[in-house]
Amino acid sequence: MIGRRLVVAVPGIVGVIVVTFLLNRALPGDPAAFFAGPAATHEAIQEIRVKLGLDRSLPEQFVLYVRDLARGDLGRSLTTGQPVTRDLISRLPASLELTLCGLVLALALALPLGVLAATRPGSVFDHASRMATTAGVSLPIFFTGLLLVYVFYYLLGWAPAPLGRIDAFTTPPPTVTGAFLIDATIAGDATAFAAAAKQLVLPAITLGLFAMAPIARMTRAAMLGVLGSDFIRTARASGLAPGTVLVTYALRNALLPVVTLLGMVFSFLLGANVLVEKVFAWPGVGSYALRNALLPVVTLLGMVFSFLLGANVLVEKVFAWPGVGSYALEALIASDYAPVQGFVLTMASLYVLLNLAIDVVYGAIDPRVRIEA
Amino acid sequence: MRAFARHARYVFGENLVTAGALALFLVLVLLAVIGPSIAPHDPLASDAGKTLQPPSRAHWFGTDQLGRDILSRVLVATRLDLVISLTAVALSFALGGSAGAAAGFFGGWTDRVVTRVTDTIMAFPLFVLAMGIVAALGNTLGNIVLATAVINIPFYARMARAEANVRRDAGFVDAARLAGNGGARVLAFHVFPNCLPPMMVQASLNLGWAILNAAGLSFIGLGVRPPTPEWGIMVAEGAAFIVSGEWWIALFPGLALMLAVFCFNLLGDGLRDLIDPRRRT
Repeated sequence: MIGRRLVVAVPGIVGVIVVTFLLNRALPGDPAAFFAGPAATHEAIQEIRVKLGLDRSLPEQFVLYVRDLARGDLGRSLTTGQPVTRDLISRLPASLELTLCGLVLALALALPLGVLAATRPGSVFDHASRMATTAGVSLPIFFTGLLLVYVFYYLLGWAPAPLGRIDAFTTPPPTVTGAFLIDATIAGDATAFAAAAKQLVLPAITLGLFAMAPIARMTRAAMLGVLGSDFIRTARASGLAPGTVLVTYALRNALLPVVTLLGMVFSFLLGANVLVEKVFAWPGVGSYALRNALLPVVTLLGMVFSFLLGANVLVEKVFAWPGVGSYALEALIASDYAPVQGFVLTMASLYVLLNLAIDVVYGAIDPRVRIEA
Repeated sequence: MRAFARHARYVFGENLVTAGALALFLVLVLLAVIGPSIAPHDPLASDAGKTLQPPSRAHWFGTDQLGRDILSRVLVATRLDLVISLTAVALSFALGGSAGAAAGFFGGWTDRVVTRVTDTIMAFPLFVLAMGIVAALGNTLGNIVLATAVINIPFYARMARAEANVRRDAGFVDAARLAGNGGARVLAFHVFPNCLPPMMVQASLNLGWAILNAAGLSFIGLGVRPPTPEWGIMVAEGAAFIVSGEWWIALFPGLALMLAVFCFNLLGDGLRDLIDPRRRT
């Protein structure tokens, strides 16, 4: 099953590599001249061109490129002087930590909102939540971030200055995973944890608000569909005690796929259990239906995550967050293209892998998908 | 036509939000047309004596770090932002729509190629791909439009493909074929027009996302260059002053941006109600 999915993911990855390669070749300027520096002679540039393989035909260059990729070599950044692979690896945890926190926040808000709106269609609450979610998608993500900074940093003084992942007076925890919250927990360093969490709150809220709207809308639509179906009517008519339906049937079954998803994609989100329990313990017959409404929501999560990966760039800029997005941006502005290319490639591969994971989870939630596959 | 007008009136009457969104849309278009002539000040004229002034009677939205009037800049920017998003959406509508319709109608290798290409585009986080395209092709306004168009193509292509696929064996299509029309002609004049309604809805929802995308790109320094007034870049300029409390520089262009996107999204929902009663929200 997983093997088959892996095969299906291959064309996606090939496509990503081809496009990244073409983007790289279409970049303005001569990479050889970049590497040689401004003072280089014509011969020196020519020599570097041969060394980089730029004098060969496009197909040959592509083969060289793929060979380097297979060795994990993404080239060298001109601005930092480091191999791009190393730069990306050191910065990726910062981005992932932020993205995942945003996603969890979005789930925590959106699932109850969607369920609530679906159980009372046409009510004031439903309309309010429709307006709120539409407003949510309409908010330019960089603008939301700035508003939050203004209110919570400048006006109220609750949040720290939007400058990176940890304030200047706290030593970051020793690196294990690269995610400060986890590393601080491992090291048992409460001060570092608090400092890192403080920095994380505003950007995570910014991302979460953005991701909330599509999840809430999807949950509402899916719940509406399921609530109107026959088996819910049957469950209601059979007079199953809401508690029995909830705990014995729904909760155990419903928790499993959600936890699987969160566990697979975001290994550190065990805390999500609490969140999911809260969501599911809430609306009587509704949570019986929620399991069936989950499928489209899970599919959507992939899309939302893709948006978040993109939106990350903007949020990282607003909050001076030292992740891969801001790394690529700095490189882009300095016409340093190896990091940009590595960034695009990393993000796309992450996304393809995530979709793969979601496909697998999808099969786990819905046995019918498994049989068809 | 009269039945449609009655239906439209019914839907708008029923859903005041959509009617409001339509009104807002008309106001935006009006501002795009007459914006430069009603702006109280020159959007590019700086005034060293009046920098960073909070909103006042002379400058309703305040002035920025160069003493330029923010109200005028927000007004003038309307046209550029609308033109960018409209062009981008029109481009992806034309490209994605025709490719998708051909894929759904003809099937076979056309279908395989189109599906493969759209899948490849969808394999990227879209904003990241747009960044890459602009970086590769050069940092110009035209490339911002192009990048925004490219990342939206899959949505239209998939929708047109599904719509054309459903209709390819319909009775009216067979009739058109029997009347002696060639494949391309049947597709262009009989199948494609019938795919349009759901695609129009998509286009309306897409407009908001296109504006956001273009503004996001100029926020990170791609595309529109200063001192051109554009909402995204104005928010970026104001970003540096937020931490010192000068909120008005970023707030007003940001609000304008939000209002425009909000309006397109509501309008898209309303349009869907209008032409597709099954999916009424």
